[in-house]
Amino acid sequence: MTTAPPALDRPPAGPPPAGLGLDGNRRRLADRSFKAAALASGLSVLAILVLIAVSTTQKAWPAFREEGFSYVTGSRWAPNIDIFGALAFISGTMIVSAIALVLAVPVSVGIALFLSELAPRRLRQVTIYVIDVLAAVPSVVFGLWGLIVLAPWIVRIYDWIAGLVGSVPVLNTLFGPPVNGRSFFTAGIILALMITPIITSLTREVFDTVPSGQKEAALALGATRWEMIRGAIFPHSRGGMIAAVMLGLGRAMGETIAAALVIGSSARLTLHLFSSGDAMAAVIANQFGESGGLHRSALIAMGVVLFAMTIVVNMVARVIAGRHLEGAPARSGRTR
Amino acid sequence: MTTPTPPIDLTSANVQGMRRFRNNLATAFVYASVLVAAIPLGFALLYVIQKGAGVVDLDFLTKDIPIVSRLPGPGMGPAIVGTLAITLAATAMAVPLGILAAVYITEYGQASKVAGVIRFLSDVMAGVPSIVMGLFVYTIWVLRFGQSGFAGALALGALMLPIVIRSTESMLRLVPDTLREGSSALGASKSRMIMTVVLPAALPGITSGSLLAVARAAGETAPLLFTIGAARSINLDLFDGSNAALSTQIFVNAQQPFVGAQDRAWGAALTLIVLVLLLTILARLISRRFTLR
Repeated sequence: MTTAPPALDRPPAGPPPAGLGLDGNRRRLADRSFKAAALASGLSVLAILVLIAVSTTQKAWPAFREEGFSYVTGSRWAPNIDIFGALAFISGTMIVSAIALVLAVPVSVGIALFLSELAPRRLRQVTIYVIDVLAAVPSVVFGLWGLIVLAPWIVRIYDWIAGLVGSVPVLNTLFGPPVNGRSFFTAGIILALMITPIITSLTREVFDTVPSGQKEAALALGATRWEMIRGAIFPHSRGGMIAAVMLGLGRAMGETIAAALVIGSSARLTLHLFSSGDAMAAVIANQFGESGGLHRSALIAMGVVLFAMTIVVNMVARVIAGRHLEGAPARSGRTR
Repeated sequence: MTTPTPPIDLTSANVQGMRRFRNNLATAFVYASVLVAAIPLGFALLYVIQKGAGVVDLDFLTKDIPIVSRLPGPGMGPAIVGTLAITLAATAMAVPLGILAAVYITEYGQASKVAGVIRFLSDVMAGVPSIVMGLFVYTIWVLRFGQSGFAGALALGALMLPIVIRSTESMLRLVPDTLREGSSALGASKSRMIMTVVLPAALPGITSGSLLAVARAAGETAPLLFTIGAARSINLDLFDGSNAALSTQIFVNAQQPFVGAQDRAWGAALTLIVLVLLLTILARLISRRFTLR
């Protein structure tokens, strides 16, 4: 018996005919080049980050070389005689960010608790929607409002507070009499308004991952709602909340325009929160246009320092978030 | 012999005074925090709408920006055109690049080290302050080729890229694996599977995520301050000559002591908010419409 010849309409077994092979090669080539393009796009992120670090550091080098370490330890900023010490601005950035966090974190956690525990379902949806929209309002708009409306109005409240604490030892250095409404504290308020939506939505997502079994168990044991929040929600969400706060801090440190408009632009190293001051990003925005030579280099150097600071804050946030925020496994039944 | 214990009153009325007080205090705090956030935000928005509505009219939207900023009168046309053109150019650069990068992370990288590093770096990049993006483009582009709309688009694009990557990535993860397997079983190559099955399935989500990135970029000021210059008439050539944007116009005019300039700032603020909100709402509509089905 001989084997039947292969049917004509069926491809023969064995190696594919030459035509198909060529087609296969072309397909493989298309496939490979698509993969290569995707990889290249992914690596562009790395390339851009490296390029940011290298190109700005290069242009900042004259200032770093001229000033040395005193660039970050000196507090005298005198562009007309080429003395650049950025300490006042670094401390200003920290002061403003700290004020923003102190104001924004409790409020954000409160709103997140409202959304996850108290709000009726419909109101919850509407509020989440409104928060999303608020997060999209450009910072320059808040800056404009802060400069023209808030600053002239709030100076009276500063006056009143300064009068109240005038004889209290520590408080009267922090809250002395204001010059005008443009100050560290006003900038802190505006930044708090801007980072509240971010911290709120991240915190709410963390709260939503708390297993409802744990919450119900706490309530079943007779806990009040507040005791349930303290005993079931907060311990479970601590890591995620820290990550959310760190991300808010990163945003506040880098926020430029709103701060540039309301902080008052004066280089002074002080803890007086109602006085005008300056912050790193705001200095760059306000002075870059009129700068030249070493001054411009010093401003780019400020960008480098700010870049480094925010990178550190964000990396720490992401490392914590990686553990707690994203895909946090629902730890069922395990109590701490 | 045990005597029967009296039934315990477990109703909330019996919760001891201090505990009830704390609970009420916490509840009051939660409601208060909603109010504390809502009041200034509401005031700010209402004020912008009220001030801006008196300024914005057809002349305001189309006329050139006055050369003497002291004078009152309309004109934000070049800034509106500039914002739209610069944002569009940034989108054209950042969105395809971001989508491809997300494709690498989810479709090729899977659990690989490289994909993990790219994810981490795009998170880090999302945290780079916008003013640093402006300085970056200033050093690599403006110093060589001068200020132009394209320089601004580069800075905005760099800002959008990580947002597009992360939102696209999360959308691609929602595409069910059965779709991928079905496509492969029909003999499609991997690139064909991605182009004809995976990306179309995730398209609504990718679109809405990208629109949110566009909205964020359209409102940014800091990256444009040193990159686009300050044109006072419409410039449609992104590669040649300085341009204008709503956000930078608000920043500059807000600092003028003149009422005319401040009025232009309010008008520009209202225009910008409307633009950004339209993009945001459009994004929400798209994602809601398609994810519910």
